[in-house]
Amino acid sequence: MNWLEWGFFGVLTILVIGGGLAVVLNRNLFHSALWLIVSLFGVAGLFVMLSAPFLAAVQVLVYIGAIVILIIFAIMLTRRMMGISEAPNSQWTLGLAAAALTFLVIAMTLVLASNGANPLIPREPLTQIGGESLRDLGVALVDLNQYVLPFLLASVLLEAAMVGAIVLARGEE
Amino acid sequence: MVDSLVNLGWNRDVAFFVASLLGAVVLASFGLVWIIFAIWLERKLAGRIQDRIGPNRAGPYGLFQTFADLFKLITKEDITPAGADRHIYNIAPIMVVASIVLIFAVIPFSATWVGADLNIGVLYFIAVGSLATLAIMLAGWGSNNKYALLGAFRVIAALISYEVPMILSVAVPVLLAGTMSMQGIVHGQSIAYIFVAPVSAFIFFVSQLAEAGRSPFDLIEAESEIIAGYNIEYSGMKFGMFMASEFIHAFVISLLTVILFLGGWQFLGAGHPGSELFGFIVVMGKAMLVYFVVILIRSTTPRIRIDHMMAFNWKFLVPLALVNLIVVAFCARIFVPDYAAAQAVADGGGLGAFLAGMFGVGFIAELPRAALCLVANIGLWVVASRLLRQYSDQERDRVRQLIQERRDQRGQTAPAAAGR
Amino acid sequence: MVPLTAYLIVAALLFCIGMYAVLARRNAIAILMGVELMLNAVNINLVAFWRFLTPSTTATGSGLQVGMAGQTFAIFVFVVAAAEAAVGLALILSVFRNRRTVIAENVDSLKL
Repeated sequence: MNWLEWGFFGVLTILVIGGGLAVVLNRNLFHSALWLIVSLFGVAGLFVMLSAPFLAAVQVLVYIGAIVILIIFAIMLTRRMMGISEAPNSQWTLGLAAAALTFLVIAMTLVLASNGANPLIPREPLTQIGGESLRDLGVALVDLNQYVLPFLLASVLLEAAMVGAIVLARGEE
Repeated sequence: MVDSLVNLGWNRDVAFFVASLLGAVVLASFGLVWIIFAIWLERKLAGRIQDRIGPNRAGPYGLFQTFADLFKLITKEDITPAGADRHIYNIAPIMVVASIVLIFAVIPFSATWVGADLNIGVLYFIAVGSLATLAIMLAGWGSNNKYALLGAFRVIAALISYEVPMILSVAVPVLLAGTMSMQGIVHGQSIAYIFVAPVSAFIFFVSQLAEAGRSPFDLIEAESEIIAGYNIEYSGMKFGMFMASEFIHAFVISLLTVILFLGGWQFLGAGHPGSELFGFIVVMGKAMLVYFVVILIRSTTPRIRIDHMMAFNWKFLVPLALVNLIVVAFCARIFVPDYAAAQAVADGGGLGAFLAGMFGVGFIAELPRAALCLVANIGLWVVASRLLRQYSDQERDRVRQLIQERRDQRGQTAPAAAGR
Repeated sequence: MVPLTAYLIVAALLFCIGMYAVLARRNAIAILMGVELMLNAVNINLVAFWRFLTPSTTATGSGLQVGMAGQTFAIFVFVVAAAEAAVGLALILSVFRNRRTVIAENVDSLKL
């Protein structure tokens, strides 16, 4: 089903890139946050296409359900800034040049490297995936030979961030 | 179905696409049509409970009342307030309905009737449910109305808070079944999980009630206090979509409770291949029972205050759900279901054979673990309810004292004012 | 199947869009959104490489099983993003409370 897959990929790319552009270019901060949702949704779709449905669901749950809501809350709490139509800063041409240059370099490298012979950038995946990748992921996170230490560190990081955020946001009594 | 379309000479991709699309349409419209009946049922039942008759004019027993309401909503003027953020304002009601209807995709109505048996089914419905939060934010913002924005803040604070105990309680069936697939969880319930972990069933049901904004948690759109909150500016069919999503949500929470805790389509060995329709009837029957409980709660309980609602969540439900998850995880490690031994017991005749014939071999295999979890859960519940009672007694005393102090103060100041 | 290069180019484009937001926007919250976009681009890369290079658990490298490395790292990126958003927004709120601004270049009391 090649054309179907390319079709989905095209739609998702438009969502991701178009949403991203709208986030950057929109002067209204609230609309920016909404476009961010569109972009993140596209990324979740790409995860599904890459047969990582768990990550897609987590993307929707964590990014859209939590982080963007948090951002919107922050926007509303600092609302005095909202009415002002916000222009980009004085060095935006430099920023644009840097971003465009980075993209050009990456794209050139990619196009030159992916001539089909490079083993690091294959055209086709090596194997087909069964339904077990979710179980494998769960095992990988708690297996002593794999990622149990980073997993614990990540939870400590979350804990620290939570406490820190509460302390920072509470302010003086 | 894909094959029959291919036989007609269709391209395989197109056939696959069309078949999926048709399936989605059938599933979504089932939810939307069923709700027309459910609304009538709810109004009728609520009427009887409150000693009224309920809708009785349109059609026999008022059956067509919902159609009349629908017609009224459609013909009403569709107002977009001046200064509203037009696109956001219009997209919010669609998102609200979509976030609920999308949940139907993973609900197994019988052993084979399921929209998509994702291996992340549970995570899927939680993720989709979180879109509703977003839609309410959009509605509150897009209306350009202070009441709407305040109402939306209130809803979101409540929804995000109640998501925590909900996810923690859903983790228990996932843990017991060893899978996140909805179908897998139903298969795992040789003994319905409400008998294994009643505390998490309770937490799940309560937090889902709060998510759906049903009474006693309907303060998020308290008509009499914040004039309906986030949907104040909506009229006509857009308002109708908010209402419809609320009713569908009430039915969806019944369905989810049935799937996760009441054994889904399992009923004394039903759901074996060849009895799809029976499995469907079992699911719907159980769901209607839970739905009846939802209506009963709605029409008999008063609305609770927002600070009580939050305190109940953070000080009671979340700790309880956490402890419960740890306890169940511990108990589930002690007895791992042993199907070979269970088969031996079933073959041994006597009581074992009778039970296996009645409920299946899985019942015997699950029995030790289920019994241990049940005992632990009951113990946990006794401790938790005692703590809750102690806390509420303290709180009541505190409030009583406060009132007494106020009264004393007023008693002192009043004569002085009169003397002047 | 859509080749790996296509995913990588989309990710690169998204990364550069995020980078532009970080460099050119003045509002601190907008800068944070740019960072989120960049993190997502990284995630696309991680998952795409996982899918195309090591989609099975048995893959090993330097004595460790690295089969799920891509997805696992993507999860760690989620964790970092959540922590970053929470702390970053709390910081922005506290700056706003003290200085009445969320414009990043106006917060310059550390400048010489």
